[in-house]
Amino acid sequence: MARNAIGIVYRKEFTEWVRDRRTLISTVLVPLFFFPIIMVGFTALAVVMVGKAKEETPRIMILDGEDSPQVVAGLREVKSLEIAPYSANWKEQISDKEIRAAVEIPPGFQAALEKGEPKTVKIYYYEGEMKSSFGVDRIEKFLKDYRDQVVKERLAAKNVPPSVLTPFEIHQENVAPPEKVSGATVGGFIGYMVVLLCMTGAMYPAIELTAGEKERGTMETILSSPISRMNLVLGKFLLVLSAALATAALSVMSMGISFSALRHFNVTSGRGEAAGLLLQLGPKAVAAIFLMALPMAVLFSAVLMTIALFAKSHKEAQSYLTPMTFLVVIPAVASLLPGVELTPKLAFIPILNTSLVCKEIMTGTYHWNAIALIFVSTCAYAAGALFLAFKTFQRESVLFRS
Amino acid sequence: MIEVRGLSKRFRDRKRGEIRAVDGVSFRCEPGQIYGLLGANGAGKTTTLRILATILEPSVGTAVICGHDVVEEPEKVRAKVGFLSTATALYPRLTAQELVEYFGRLNGLDENTLKKRIDEIFARLDMDGFRDRRCDKLSTGMKQKTSIARTLVHDPPVMIFDEPTLGLDIMTARTITTFIRECRDRGKTVIFSTHIMSEVEKLCDVIGIIHDGKLLTEGTLAQLRAKYGEQDLEEIFVKIVTPLQARVEA
Repeated sequence: MARNAIGIVYRKEFTEWVRDRRTLISTVLVPLFFFPIIMVGFTALAVVMVGKAKEETPRIMILDGEDSPQVVAGLREVKSLEIAPYSANWKEQISDKEIRAAVEIPPGFQAALEKGEPKTVKIYYYEGEMKSSFGVDRIEKFLKDYRDQVVKERLAAKNVPPSVLTPFEIHQENVAPPEKVSGATVGGFIGYMVVLLCMTGAMYPAIELTAGEKERGTMETILSSPISRMNLVLGKFLLVLSAALATAALSVMSMGISFSALRHFNVTSGRGEAAGLLLQLGPKAVAAIFLMALPMAVLFSAVLMTIALFAKSHKEAQSYLTPMTFLVVIPAVASLLPGVELTPKLAFIPILNTSLVCKEIMTGTYHWNAIALIFVSTCAYAAGALFLAFKTFQRESVLFRS
Repeated sequence: MIEVRGLSKRFRDRKRGEIRAVDGVSFRCEPGQIYGLLGANGAGKTTTLRILATILEPSVGTAVICGHDVVEEPEKVRAKVGFLSTATALYPRLTAQELVEYFGRLNGLDENTLKKRIDEIFARLDMDGFRDRRCDKLSTGMKQKTSIARTLVHDPPVMIFDEPTLGLDIMTARTITTFIRECRDRGKTVIFSTHIMSEVEKLCDVIGIIHDGKLLTEGTLAQLRAKYGEQDLEEIFVKIVTPLQARVEA
């Protein structure tokens, strides 16, 4: 019997793993290109699209207002608005995006203003449509300015200074450093992605090394060799873990590159829209995220292997593991919800705790007690899962399920 | 040497309840001898051989292989055994040589010994032409040769063959039967299961007929012919199994 049986199994599994094209996709290509595409590609695209939409002059329609020529003329003078001729089917035109919004001047509006009677000006728009909201913003700005002008004139007529309306000013000022601001904005997303990609990286090899081996008929071959089942499980487990960690490492690295590119894009384009994404992923943050991902990767590897071993084929294993993805995604998504913050109780919930601590790390906050608690608790879950994997590999009913 | 003592294996099945796949089987197989386990599909041959290869654990009874108990020392038993069946497939992304090396290393061979053994086996089985070819690119015959090389790499004194020719063409099956004979000639203890009568007649020194998990009879071909008054092994098999089958069906 071999002394370093675990190493022998690991080396063999590694050789097979790197020769598998599907591995290349799930472990290398997805984490390497997913972030640049998602983060840089989509953000840059969104910034460009929003910029373009803002540059466009919204076409709007004025409804009624025949007896209020002053406000109508004012609206027509706004350079950032294009006034479309009145049409009875204005609602359809808004829905069909032919015009962006319509403003309804109530009958007797101007006369009511002169008498000091309140009136309501209605703006009709397409909810959720970005260009429509830009049109609304410009109409609203004009109307607010017009209203302010009316108020000023009324106050002046009564010899009251305009400052009577604003006895004091309110000013908000951010004191958090920019990396903390951006960490709070997108930090949760990083934790979520690390969790998800860690699992994605482990899933394929976990299936391949268990159900795949059963399906190909090599399980009986390896079980007839003198290696102990524990060493066999450990050798396989280490390979699955390597895949999970490789995916996590590549994804963290890719994230760093993506954010650098994004920062570069913001600086060179001079756009401020994505300022919240100016994230700094320093070596300390990368190391901390990787450290937190380690026990989670152990947990995923062991659990995925245990579940996949019950399956007789690759397909069956995939159908067992798909619900697992939801189980993982739900706590990871929960960490993104506003107001969900790391508490001692949440530190014991696997996946959610790691996602939350990654979020904290991204803001540059290191609560060492919480980090230690999460690390230890996830290690305990991982040890339990690994023990379960050993036990499952001992069960004939699982290994030779027919 | 293989000594099987009162071996039984029970499985639980949700629909059928408890199944006795092997029921109190005992036999011996000496070095330089081929013991043929003959039985229909589902008779208990594979389960018996899997227990001997320590892939499965017996429910009752045990077996001793080269002085090691299959229950107490399964890893030591596996180091003494070469196990080949149609279910023992090859790793598709390893080359023929890498696969044999892998099993050699798992059996504790050092690199020098391993290299010598592989060169010797590959030359004997005429495998040098495809030693660097991946297993998923090999023909059925090449795969069988690679499987044989895998079982031989650690030069085990005991060889277990579970229906090794099942589904193979004549030429590939012939490679296997020749190899089994060679194993006996080299003084190895060989146990071989099949439901093909002609293979048993050609190869086996001792024949055990297994049915419904029970070993019904055993002996040399000559002894069985004399005992049952039939020359043809198939007739002997039918004569032994039919009354039992009728009882089960009744």
